[in-house]
Amino acid sequence: MDAAIRHPRLFVPAAALAWLALYALLESASEALVAALPVDRASRLGSALQFFLYDAPKVLLLLTGVVFAMGIVNSYFTPERTRALLAGRSEGASNVLAACLGIVTPFCSCSAVPLFIGFVQAGVPLGVTFSFLIAAPMVNEVALALLLALFGWKVALLYLGLGLAVAVAAGWTIGRLGMERHLEDWVRDLPRASAGACPDGMTPADRVRAGLASVREIVGRVWPYVVAGIAVGAGIHGYAPEAFLAGVLGKDAWWSVPLAVVVGVPLYANAAGIIPVVEALLAKGAALGTVLAFMMSVIALSLPELVILRKVLKPRLIATFVAVVASGILLVGSVFNALL
Amino acid sequence: MEVKVLGSGCANCRNTVALVESVAAERGVAIRLVKVEDMRDIAALGVMSTPGVVIDGRVVHAGGVPSRQKVLAWFGGPEG
Repeated sequence: MDAAIRHPRLFVPAAALAWLALYALLESASEALVAALPVDRASRLGSALQFFLYDAPKVLLLLTGVVFAMGIVNSYFTPERTRALLAGRSEGASNVLAACLGIVTPFCSCSAVPLFIGFVQAGVPLGVTFSFLIAAPMVNEVALALLLALFGWKVALLYLGLGLAVAVAAGWTIGRLGMERHLEDWVRDLPRASAGACPDGMTPADRVRAGLASVREIVGRVWPYVVAGIAVGAGIHGYAPEAFLAGVLGKDAWWSVPLAVVVGVPLYANAAGIIPVVEALLAKGAALGTVLAFMMSVIALSLPELVILRKVLKPRLIATFVAVVASGILLVGSVFNALL
Repeated sequence: MEVKVLGSGCANCRNTVALVESVAAERGVAIRLVKVEDMRDIAALGVMSTPGVVIDGRVVHAGGVPSRQKVLAWFGGPEG
């Protein structure tokens, strides 16, 4: 394997071809597998099995592809380089830049505090820092890969655009509110740091290795949630009462988006587990705006993240952060339902 | 030598500590391992993404679990 990676110009196209061949084979393979089982293909169980045996490998395959590509893109961006790009800029256009960098910069939520401090120390404006911190977890490769697999590229693109819009608008609003005094005192008193970034000296082979490493790390961590989520989704497909869900979560119910956000904010689930469930809800008559709002609030705001951020933000700024982001999501979901 | 592992105590940080310990033991290098979990101390060392590793006061790694080759190189092992 390692000998092959040393020639990325051959390895990457070969891997892409193998991936495409696997993807093309999926449907007939799942049909053949169900046919080999002692189950009637036309029965409820038969169609549920075919659904599961087709969807689970399809989602995992797409996830692997997207995570690999993102791992390579990530290798071009380090938090230090992103900070150097953002330092000393005024708010406005740099909120957009920060949100976009939030997608491509490798980010682990347990690093949120040192990253926050590093940005503030180097003179990145508070609102711009928040645009980054909102976009980074919300628009992540796992969410995008699952949306792509289960809803198609239009919804994935829509989620990407709306997620960026929420991050830009919420960060900009927080910047306008002038909340700098609500940082914890020790954070404000830290000495200013310069924002230098040295070139990383990675070869193309190193970047392919980084892509494979993120596949091992991310797909290795989330695949059980994906499989469980698809199983629950298959259950909803088969058994949830359609009229009830459409009544509660359909677009004619004005309360559906606020309800989705209120339920979604305290919920802490990763994109991998929540999206297959969301897909099933959508198929049963929930409105797309409601479903997207639910997803965004589950992924973007979570209790553990708020506990971590409390170390650097005073309660008032935490509350503002939650209120601004939740309002942004609410707006996006409602506008969406109204327009569609 | 003194090895500091910086991180809030998440899974990646624990994996980094375990990796550093096992490689140092394997190479027969005596190290004093310090876990730095306080955010102020991490920030003071200038590390923005955890886990980070500091050897004798110099930041040698930040962001993610280091590769085994990289850790071997710190302890005088063959590089690459």
